[in-house]
Amino acid sequence: MTTSDLLEETYSALLVNKVRSGLTVLGIIIGIGSVIAMISIGQGAQGTIQSSIQSLGSNLIIITPGTQRGFGFQVSAGRGSAQSLTMDDASAIGQQLSLVQAVAPEASGRYQVTAPGTNTNTQVVGTVSAYPTVRNVTIDEGSFISDQNVTGLSKVAVIGPTTRDDLFGPGADPIGQTIRIKKVDFKIVGLTKSKGGTGFNNPDDVIYIPISSAQRFLSGNQYATTISVQAVDSQSMTDLQDQITSLLLQRHNISDPTLADFSTLNQTDIIATASSVTNTFTILLGSVAGISLIVGGIGIMNMMLTTVTERTREIGLRKAIGAKRKDINFQFLAEAVMLTFAGGIAGVVLGWSLSFLVSKFGGITTSVSLTSVLLAFGVSAVIGIAFGYYPARRAASLNPIEALRYE
Amino acid sequence: MIECSNIIKTYKSGDVETNALNGVSFKIRDGEFVAIMGPSGSGKSTLMHIIGALDTPTSGKYILDGQDVSKLSDDELADIRKDKLGFVFQSFNLLPRATVLRNVMLPLVYSGVPKEEREKIAKQALLNSGLDEQHFYHHSNQLSGGQTQRVAIARALVNNPSLILADEPTGNLDTRTGEIVLHTFQALNEKQHRTIILITHERYVAEHADRIITVRDGELVGDEKNKNKRKVDIHLIA
Repeated sequence: MTTSDLLEETYSALLVNKVRSGLTVLGIIIGIGSVIAMISIGQGAQGTIQSSIQSLGSNLIIITPGTQRGFGFQVSAGRGSAQSLTMDDASAIGQQLSLVQAVAPEASGRYQVTAPGTNTNTQVVGTVSAYPTVRNVTIDEGSFISDQNVTGLSKVAVIGPTTRDDLFGPGADPIGQTIRIKKVDFKIVGLTKSKGGTGFNNPDDVIYIPISSAQRFLSGNQYATTISVQAVDSQSMTDLQDQITSLLLQRHNISDPTLADFSTLNQTDIIATASSVTNTFTILLGSVAGISLIVGGIGIMNMMLTTVTERTREIGLRKAIGAKRKDINFQFLAEAVMLTFAGGIAGVVLGWSLSFLVSKFGGITTSVSLTSVLLAFGVSAVIGIAFGYYPARRAASLNPIEALRYE
Repeated sequence: MIECSNIIKTYKSGDVETNALNGVSFKIRDGEFVAIMGPSGSGKSTLMHIIGALDTPTSGKYILDGQDVSKLSDDELADIRKDKLGFVFQSFNLLPRATVLRNVMLPLVYSGVPKEEREKIAKQALLNSGLDEQHFYHHSNQLSGGQTQRVAIARALVNNPSLILADEPTGNLDTRTGEIVLHTFQALNEKQHRTIILITHERYVAEHADRIITVRDGELVGDEKNKNKRKVDIHLIA
C-alpha cells in the first residue's frame, strides 16, 4: 500500500462522516488555537515589558542612595531618601573604571512648575550632557543641556512632550519660552521625543535642567539622587556592577558590603526578573490551553474507537483480501493524524486571528512566533499519534474471522 | 491444487476442548468446482477458514499450490490471501459508501498494482462477473442484492487468484438472484477454468457444483462427483 493510497483511503474515510469528523476536529482547533493565542499574548507581554525596560537605556546600571545601616537603632527615612551619592562619586566612576561608557548623575525632585497662565507638578531632573546617551532620550527640537550649561549654572531647561502639552498646549512650540521652577526662571532650549507610556511613571512628563542649577537653586545641596552608568557592552555589566560597588564602598569608607549606603540595580537583572515573571505567565496560559488540547485529543481517540467498532466488518474484509496488520494500523493512525493535522492548520489560523483581534481590540500587544506555530503543529501530530495509536492497534489486532462475523 | 491431510482444529474455552475438525483429508485439483456442504455446527466454516488462510489448523497439513500454509504467521497468511485467494461472503462485505469500481480495486491496492492499471483490471473483472458497465460508478449500497454479489465476485476475481472461496454466497439472496450468482460461478468455472469452492448448507445450492464434499461433526462423511449437476438457464430467469 503506497502512501498516496493510504492518504486517499484516509481522506475518503473521513469524508464519509463529515459532521463527526468536523466536530472531532473542533476540539483540536480550539486547543491549538488557544495555545497559539495564549502564548502570543504571553510573548507579546514579554516583548512590551522588555522594550519598556530597554527604553530606559541600554547596558544600564542605576545607583541609588540607601540608608546607611549601623549598629543600634536608627531612624530610616526610607530607601532613596538618603543623601550619600555626590558629584565626585559620579566623576570617580567615570574616570577610574574602564568598563564605563558614560556616566550621568542626576539630582531630581518633584516641583510645581509654572508657565504664563498655567502650572503643573512634574519631575525635574538635574543632569549632565551625557544623560541622553545613557538613558535613551532623543531630542525632537532644540538641543539638550550642554557641558557649558552645567559648568555655567545656566538656567535652561529641556522639557518632555507631556509637560509641553500641559504647559503650552499640544503641538505648541515651547523653544524660547520661559518656565518658573521654585521662583527661578528657566528658558526652554529643547523638547524631547516621546518615549511612550502613561500614568504615574510617565517618561514624557519631565523637565531636564543642568545638575549644577538643580543643586544650587532647587535642592540646595551637592548630592545626586541617582547615578546612571552605561557599560561598554552587555557582557561587562556584572563586572562593572562589582567594580562600582567596591569603588563606592572604598570612597564612602565602608568596609562591610552589607552596610553599604547605596544600592546598584543592573538592567539585565531587571529584564531577567521581568522575563521570569512573563515566562511564568506564558506557561500558565499555555498550560491552560494545553489542557484543552489534550481534551481535544481524547475526543479524537473517542471518535477513532467508535469508528473502529463501526468498521469492524470493513477491517475484517480488508484483512481477508490481504491487508496486513501494519496496513490496518497505518490506515487508522493516518486517520487520527490527518484529523489532528487538519485541526492543527485550522487552529493556527484561529489562534493567529484571535491574537490579531486581541491586539487590535484588546489593546494588548501579541506576538505569534514561528516557534509556537511549529510547536502547536508538532503537538497536534504527536496527539494524533498518541491518541490514535490505541484505536489503530485495536483495529489491527482484530481477528479477521471474528471481524467478518461482527454484527 | 489443494491438499488437506488430517486437518484437526481444536478450540479451547476454559478447560473444555472441542474439536471443530477431527482429521479431515481431501484434495482439490485446479479448475474444479467443489461444494463443501454440511449443516451448521458441522465444522464447514472452520474448514473454510483454514482453506481461506484466515486460520491455521491445530495439527495436520494444508498445502496450497505446493506451499505448506498450515504453519504460517499472520502476515504470511495475509500474503497468501492476497495472492492466491478470492473471497465471496454471504453478507457481501462491500464498502457501502464507495463506488463499485473502488470496491473492486481495493485488493489491487494491497497487492501493489500501479494506480493506472487498477481501473482496467477492475473493469475487466466486473465484466467477467456479469455486471453492466452502467453500474460501475454507482455506490455499492445503490445496487440490488444480485448486483452486489456480482461486485463481490468481481472483487474476488480481480487479483487473479488460484482459488475462489464462496461462503454461503446465496444466503442473503432470493432464489432467483441466487440462481444468477450460481450461474456466474458456473460460467467462471467453465469458461475461465477458475477453481471454486462453494460452502453451503443447502443441498440444492451444492448441486450446482461438480463435486460435493459433505462434512458432519467435524468429519468428512461424503466426497462424490455430482452426477446430476444443476445447470442454470440464464435466459429463463433473466
